[in-house]
Amino acid sequence: MAETLPGTGGRGHGLDLAMRGIVKRFPGVLANDHVDFDVRRGEIHTLLGENGAGKSTLMKILYGLYRPDAGEIRIDGEPVQIDSPRRAIELGIGMIHQHFMLVPTLTVAENVALGLASPKGPLLDLAPVARRIEELSEAYGLRVDPGAMVWQLSVGEQQRVEIIKALYRDAELLALDEPTAVLTPQEVEDLFVTLRAMAAEGHSLIFISHKLHEVLDISDRITVLRNGRLVGTVSSADATKAGLARMMVGREVVLEQVRAPVEVGPPRLEIFDVRARGDRGTEAVRGVSLQVRAGEILAIAGVSGNGQRELAEVVAGLREATGGRVLIDGSDVTGADPGQRRALGLAYIPEERMRDGAIGQFTVAENLMLHDFDRPPFARHGFLDFAEIERHCRRLVADFDVKTPSLDTTMKSLSGGNIQKAILARELSANPKVLVASQPTRGVDIGATEYIHRRLLDQRARGTATLLISEDLDEILALADRIAVMYEGEVMDVVDRADADVGRLGLLMAGVRDSGT
Amino acid sequence: MGTLFPVAAVLAALVVGAVMLLLLGASPGEGFAAMIDGAFGGPRELADTVNKAVPLLLVGVGITIAFRANVINIGGEGQIVLGALTATALALALPDWPAVVLLPLGLAAGLVGGAVWGAVPGALKAYFGVNEILSTIMLNIVAVQGMNYLLRGPMIDPAEIESGSRIPQTMRLPPATDLPVLVPDTRLNLGAVIAVVAAVVVYVFLWRTTYGYRIRAVGLNPFASRYAGIDVKRSTVVALTLSGALCGLAGAILVFGSESHRMVTDGSTTGFTGSAGFNGIVAALFGGLHPIGTIPASFLFGALLVGANRLQRVTQVPSALVIALNGLVVVFVVSSAIWKRRLEQRAQLEAVQTGDQAAQTSLPGDVAPAAADPPGRDSGTDDG
Ligand SMILES: Nc1ncnc2c1ncn2[C@@H]1O[C@H](COP(=O)(O)OP(=O)(O)O)[C@@H](O)[C@H]1O
Ligand SMILES: [Mg+2]
Repeated sequence: MAETLPGTGGRGHGLDLAMRGIVKRFPGVLANDHVDFDVRRGEIHTLLGENGAGKSTLMKILYGLYRPDAGEIRIDGEPVQIDSPRRAIELGIGMIHQHFMLVPTLTVAENVALGLASPKGPLLDLAPVARRIEELSEAYGLRVDPGAMVWQLSVGEQQRVEIIKALYRDAELLALDEPTAVLTPQEVEDLFVTLRAMAAEGHSLIFISHKLHEVLDISDRITVLRNGRLVGTVSSADATKAGLARMMVGREVVLEQVRAPVEVGPPRLEIFDVRARGDRGTEAVRGVSLQVRAGEILAIAGVSGNGQRELAEVVAGLREATGGRVLIDGSDVTGADPGQRRALGLAYIPEERMRDGAIGQFTVAENLMLHDFDRPPFARHGFLDFAEIERHCRRLVADFDVKTPSLDTTMKSLSGGNIQKAILARELSANPKVLVASQPTRGVDIGATEYIHRRLLDQRARGTATLLISEDLDEILALADRIAVMYEGEVMDVVDRADADVGRLGLLMAGVRDSGT
Repeated sequence: MGTLFPVAAVLAALVVGAVMLLLLGASPGEGFAAMIDGAFGGPRELADTVNKAVPLLLVGVGITIAFRANVINIGGEGQIVLGALTATALALALPDWPAVVLLPLGLAAGLVGGAVWGAVPGALKAYFGVNEILSTIMLNIVAVQGMNYLLRGPMIDPAEIESGSRIPQTMRLPPATDLPVLVPDTRLNLGAVIAVVAAVVVYVFLWRTTYGYRIRAVGLNPFASRYAGIDVKRSTVVALTLSGALCGLAGAILVFGSESHRMVTDGSTTGFTGSAGFNGIVAALFGGLHPIGTIPASFLFGALLVGANRLQRVTQVPSALVIALNGLVVVFVVSSAIWKRRLEQRAQLEAVQTGDQAAQTSLPGDVAPAAADPPGRDSGTDDG
């Protein structure tokens, strides 16, 4: 390795990248099909596309993790062979992966120095490393303590360490693969400040996301991929959300569903002072009271890990409440099992859909029947009636637009969006009185997201009381009638959709209560 | 590709067996010819092979039910013994009953005895969290010691006491319990039909009934099953109980179909069962944990066991070689299952390709390089 400790930020900032005719084939998929992509010095260039469009593959080729089957990469006009990440780093390319590559049991400084040769031989002198980290944090607004252990850091802080690691290795082009997927709105703002500062210094940046408003906010240019192919490159100034969505999906997409006014009925779900422990035994839900009425969507906003998941599980009957009461349609279900709650009209779209919502090795039909397999007409005298089951499942698959080769396909071989649609089909087919939907569109592509949103609003119009848990503020603002923000197991505030704005919600999510009003 | 693994495992075992024969100075060609002749050479040989396969099939099918519920039943040996004891005791208690009543009743007693010996570890696992592997192995020991005590004492044939030879065996059971012979001049008896019917019934049970659906659901994903309103604990108990019942039936058939028509032990742990409780597990794995697949798998193992007897007689190799050969097949089959899993995991791992720096991080779990991933982020997303 060429670098020595400590990194000095040697050569000039920025580089011009040109990728030409990149082809990458995986068994059965053409992940990149003659893709052209370039990034200029000082530019923030977004790579946009649905899940599976080939964005990560293109980045892994750039970073030397995959060899392209065809195509050429040029840096500042010179053709280069990037056969390993080591070579990519030498060329000034840095990469922030979707999954971080940090050692949790080492400090920030140790992680940054890891893999670099030390001038003092085997003995590592971390003082200069720490100094340089502080310089970099200062220059780009990357707050982090060099002496902290990585496992103690929040996800946002870990991401900052990754960026520092790249800068420390003199990265002039930095690619970030879906960096905002794990951040709160406030952390996204901070990240954008950093990215803009880097671009202003001449760094070249590749940003990957499928959140359109972020993309429009941060990019200079946007390149859209679909099914491995280049759809086009547009300048951010000329782009609109609707236009980008059309490029991504290949058809017209309704981004903002119409929320027709709905007459709100009596309370269907009532939660009184509920308390519950998390998986580690600490109190995760600390006295939450909420009411959801028929025809209303109450959204719970909050950074993941503030008790939302536990609250949803308490309502679904999968987690014991250590205090308080839960009522469904007026009946106290605090001690009831999931089956009893379902009988009262509860449906649940779980956050961990492959764990709680589906059986991966079961077929699509078997999954669709998970709640009803032992009820007539699907079962008689203990025997399953396959003709009835097939009829029912065919209808569900058609009604809910689940794309599956057959009813006998195993669930786990479907895409995330189609798995979620199948779960939705099962849960909504009984027209529930109360619906708990946890992260219903996480990891789901735009087309399926559009569909799921429409279904949730349909249910609202049919009088379902919906408790929606989401980390995606766009989703919440598009669907909710009222918004409760959870922080450290408590509800900070409940605001009407009409009075909500992202800034205020972001502050509440960070635990800052209104003082102005 | 998956189905080739067991075949390759048997071939590998045979190759090693051939080398062992060579080392012992015997001719592998002659040895294998003797095996094939011993297992398939004529109607009698075929009948013996089938009879040997019957308990393997019943145990294998029983084991399949347990495995499908994600419960590992190593207790086949004990469940066979219990089934044999209850069936024998019932037959001895009702010596004058007609065959149409006594035979089915005796087989049912075997089912019940095995079921009890399966229900106990099932309940211990479901309600007290006791590891079923440990508890079933312990119950094997209890069952064998109980059998040795009973056959030496309370249940011993009075003639053995009179003659003073004191062989641990019961009286000859009432002829009403003799399993009818299907083909004259062979020992092929009704047991074979019962075992094949049992395999078909279990197939229907697992894939066509609500009970089977519950068992498979619980085995594959207890979380989703619980949310679906399935009583996970009860399904665990039911699966182990049924598993034990089929092993118990194997025990009853071992006694009712035996040449001497009585229950005999030599005092060793596998003297009565002939290790059917363990070999049945291998047959089940070999049959892909599918009741129908277990039919040919059991037949093959039966052939191997019967053929090995002939091999020993013809080539005069020590009987230990036969046991070793059998063990080799087990080792190869089990490791081929592990290999298959490995290959699948590697395919998955490659799908989430991590690359150079990943060497710095350990990979927790099977697939996800999720060192810095917050919990719950990786569920069912398209992306990886
Ligand atoms: N290592 C791999 N092996 C096989 N197929 C892969 C591999 N990596 C990605 N793919 C496939 O290539 C396509 C593009 O994937 P990816 O580049 O990860 O998409 P994106 O990052 O845009 O969501 C997908 O169909 C994906 O399943
Ligand atoms: Mg990706």
